[in-house]
Amino acid sequence: MIRKLVRFLDQRTGDAPLLRKALRYLFPDHWSFLLGEVALYCFVILVATGTYLALFYTDSTKQITYHGPYLPLRGQRMSEAYHSVLDISTTVRAGLLIRQTHHWAADVFVVAILLHLMRVFFTGAYRKPRELTYLLGLSILGISLLEGYLGYSLADDLLSGMGLAIGYAVAISIPFVGANLGELIWHGRFPGTDAFFSRMYIAHVFIIPGIIGALLLGHLSLVALKHHTQFKTGPRATERKIVGVPTYPGQTPRSLGLFMITAGVLFLLGGLAQINPIWLWGPYHTYLSTNGAQPDWYLGWLIGALRLVPGFDLVIGRYTLVPNPFWGGALFPLVVFAFLGFWPAIERRFITHDYGYHNLLDRPRDAPLRTAIGLGVFTWVALIFVAGGLDRVQVTFDLSYTAAIWAFRVAIWIAPLVVGFGAYRVCIELQRGEQAERARKRAEQRAKALTELEVVD
Amino acid sequence: MSKAKDLLVSGLVLLVGRGRPRPPAEERVVPEAPARPGWELVALALLGLGALCAVMFPVTYGFNWPHPTQLMGASLGLAFVFIGAALVVTAKHLIVTEELEDDYPPDEHPEEQELLVQVVHESGDRLTRRRLFVLGLGGAFGALGVALVTPLASLGPVLRIAPMFESPWRRGRRLVDENDRPWKASDIEEKDFYTAFPEGADKEDLASAVVLVRLPKGRFDLPPALAHYPADGIVAYSKICTHAGCAISLYRAPMFQPDEEKPALVCPCHYSTFDPADGGTVLFGPAGRKLPMLPLTIDGKGYLRAAGNFDESVGPSWWGVRNRKPRNA
Amino acid sequence: MMRALAAAAVLALVLAATARAALPGSLVKQGEHLYGQYCVACHGMNGSGVVSGKEIGAGPNRDQTQQRIVAPALRGVGALAADFYLRTGYMPLQRLGLQPRRSRVLFSDRQIRALVAYVASLAPGPGIPHPHPERGSVSKGLHLFTDHCAGCHQVVAEGGYVTGAVPPPLGDATSTQIAEAVRIGPNVMPRFSPKAISNAQLDSIIRYVQYAKHPDDRGGWALGHIGPLPEGLVAWLIAGVVLVFTCMVIGKRLTSE
Repeated sequence: MIRKLVRFLDQRTGDAPLLRKALRYLFPDHWSFLLGEVALYCFVILVATGTYLALFYTDSTKQITYHGPYLPLRGQRMSEAYHSVLDISTTVRAGLLIRQTHHWAADVFVVAILLHLMRVFFTGAYRKPRELTYLLGLSILGISLLEGYLGYSLADDLLSGMGLAIGYAVAISIPFVGANLGELIWHGRFPGTDAFFSRMYIAHVFIIPGIIGALLLGHLSLVALKHHTQFKTGPRATERKIVGVPTYPGQTPRSLGLFMITAGVLFLLGGLAQINPIWLWGPYHTYLSTNGAQPDWYLGWLIGALRLVPGFDLVIGRYTLVPNPFWGGALFPLVVFAFLGFWPAIERRFITHDYGYHNLLDRPRDAPLRTAIGLGVFTWVALIFVAGGLDRVQVTFDLSYTAAIWAFRVAIWIAPLVVGFGAYRVCIELQRGEQAERARKRAEQRAKALTELEVVD
Repeated sequence: MSKAKDLLVSGLVLLVGRGRPRPPAEERVVPEAPARPGWELVALALLGLGALCAVMFPVTYGFNWPHPTQLMGASLGLAFVFIGAALVVTAKHLIVTEELEDDYPPDEHPEEQELLVQVVHESGDRLTRRRLFVLGLGGAFGALGVALVTPLASLGPVLRIAPMFESPWRRGRRLVDENDRPWKASDIEEKDFYTAFPEGADKEDLASAVVLVRLPKGRFDLPPALAHYPADGIVAYSKICTHAGCAISLYRAPMFQPDEEKPALVCPCHYSTFDPADGGTVLFGPAGRKLPMLPLTIDGKGYLRAAGNFDESVGPSWWGVRNRKPRNA
Repeated sequence: MMRALAAAAVLALVLAATARAALPGSLVKQGEHLYGQYCVACHGMNGSGVVSGKEIGAGPNRDQTQQRIVAPALRGVGALAADFYLRTGYMPLQRLGLQPRRSRVLFSDRQIRALVAYVASLAPGPGIPHPHPERGSVSKGLHLFTDHCAGCHQVVAEGGYVTGAVPPPLGDATSTQIAEAVRIGPNVMPRFSPKAISNAQLDSIIRYVQYAKHPDDRGGWALGHIGPLPEGLVAWLIAGVVLVFTCMVIGKRLTSE
């Protein structure tokens, strides 16, 4: 029967040779190479669940009075958008499951991308000839952060509405052109007209998924064309020879199984762990706010930065050159992405002077300076991220918020140096340890050979 | 009876037995490996569980049982997990995981590169003004590109920033609450805070909402320009934080001054803290600009009215925020 | 016989009347004794309070023996405040200079009633409120709570932060305590008089706060009702861990030489 199918396909498409190549394409075998796949599967779940949700969502900010089944909101004024998400969560059968799965998938999507990025960074997989692949991946990360932000803002609940106000503030804080940009996006001053929600909706369900899809296509094609990198796991794996598991039969059940398990984890979370209970927050109005409002986790680094930057607008005369939110909300993420984007070139030019092709990966210890600098920058971002939640730390653990902010303002500059230096030393020590180990083995072998010779003699 | 017995035996054989016999060993592509019937059973069991859970999903969907989201999520999620586990078991124990060797694709293709370069070069041989032509093409397409982008400007008033200064407040406008009931000065008590809007205006407008507090007369420390802004000790400030635009919904109102922090309006987003006694200066937090203050007056019937517009533009800072005072909308 | 019974009845009535009359008196006296034991050091004789203009001294890091005591006057605060502070354990203060916190109540119910009676006797003041949350509406309560309270206490009453103080979560607050706190405005909390929040509105707010203790968690494990912070922890520590573990099961690890 398989024979019939294969014959049918080949006679009509002529790609038996291509299929043969595809089926016997090799995947180097290391668990960390599967992280990118986890991200891909999260994206598939996002598109599937998102399409379903889009069929029930209304992108209108027209105010209506609620008369639905959720009693605490009966008689409240809210937008049609919020009402539609409320309906999905309370009235549409399986609506809440799909909605929560969609939201968990977004959170886990960025977790997976980040883990994948860390693997790529610390093994030097971004080196020639994979610089483009790397840049495409970074672009996917950047645009996914925006996509997630727009997604949870579509619900027009109190928390996400506050987040949109902050996004607006960051947009207009861009020197010179900020206010114009803000007016362009919001069709006037915040909260903007109904047009804004329509734009957000179309961007979230059509424009940006299309862009991510295209970037993903490019990213995966490049990986396939140049083949995946590999660790030096044995004498067979070299810069010219790839050792791995073929697509079929080896990799297929693995990848399919990973897809199933990823989907399973996301649906289990979607059904069992409540996420973004918008009915508890209530609808957004510009004159309302709540304590403890936070953005989704992948934007936590930005709220941390916004809280840490001391209170000043950079003013010259009557011109506000740099309003405060610019440093934490715009410049900071720009610097981080610039570092990540330019790092391959920086490493090439200033550190390794290595312009060659690389299909073999480094272990982190093999590139101490890269590991040190990477961990240092990571520590910087991680501490700023933690600073975003210091108020809840005060509420839970009774540690002064104001004191902690000051402590973190200092720590975010010192800790990366300490961590970077420490990481460097650890790498060097590990390398030296291996050298010593190899020397010891060689000496033992020599000694053994000598004694054997004596015996033979 | 014996037919049933046959059926039972063959069923058992199917489940427990070895399955189809192997094909004769020819030139094999995929290497041989011993069978593992135990793991086969495990995989089959997992597939069975997965199927069961999958079937449960439409059941939990259809019946009106309590905790529907949890039941549906558990059944669907477990269905995926079990099937996935079965596939992983298959991958690790039931199929041969070959470790094959192949060539990496060549780093580059110098001959084809040469050919491409040659084709491009030779194609342009007929042109005498090659550079000008390329410039012309680039310029034309560039201009076309710019032209195609221009309709994006319709998304918003790109060049007109006057809306950024607008405010619905003006002299004599009454202050009303969320239900459009006008505020009387006697409604405003110390140690409490109130939200007010301009009568008849859009409440969602950033420049609309103000927060009202009453302070004891002796507590004020206003600069001369703002000294006449309070009305009977009542002051009004924009409710929109000048840092990032959240509503300032916290009022720190100490009961016992010697032991507690002084009164302050606080924003819950990044904890910018403003002093209502001195015109809204920033006491703590990342706000770079003081809170705009609205001058108040009390009319003949005791209602609170605005005595003018804010002393500064409302909302988060931007390039020209300090250039002009708010205009009347 | 009948006369003896009548006399006994009259005697009983008289005793009961005098006993009832004596009871408040003795309660106040008990309260005064307790006040002398536990409260006078800070709140002064007859609840006059201790306020010294310049030398405050109170502060979290100052040695308590070196601090000058300051405490508000209790005259006129009425049974309302005394009942609130004592039943929540806010008083006696755990540490001088720090925000009062809900803590283990050291007094018995009778002792509390005695102290409340004494403080109420110092000067006329508001009595203990008797709210009726069952007459309120959860929906109006949510709206009012978001308007007046959520900025500090968080929209599901999980507590929050304001510069210099910690508005507590309201999970342990009884209806009476909520009503009392709203009318007192303890520490840096605003004081909402019946003019600002009527008793009917207060009933709705209390009804909402009671609801918020066990709100509708139809989505599953509630994660504390504070939103993205614990959600992010779950994404990393549950989903992340499970998925990385799955990858490690499927793929190979680097073996050391």
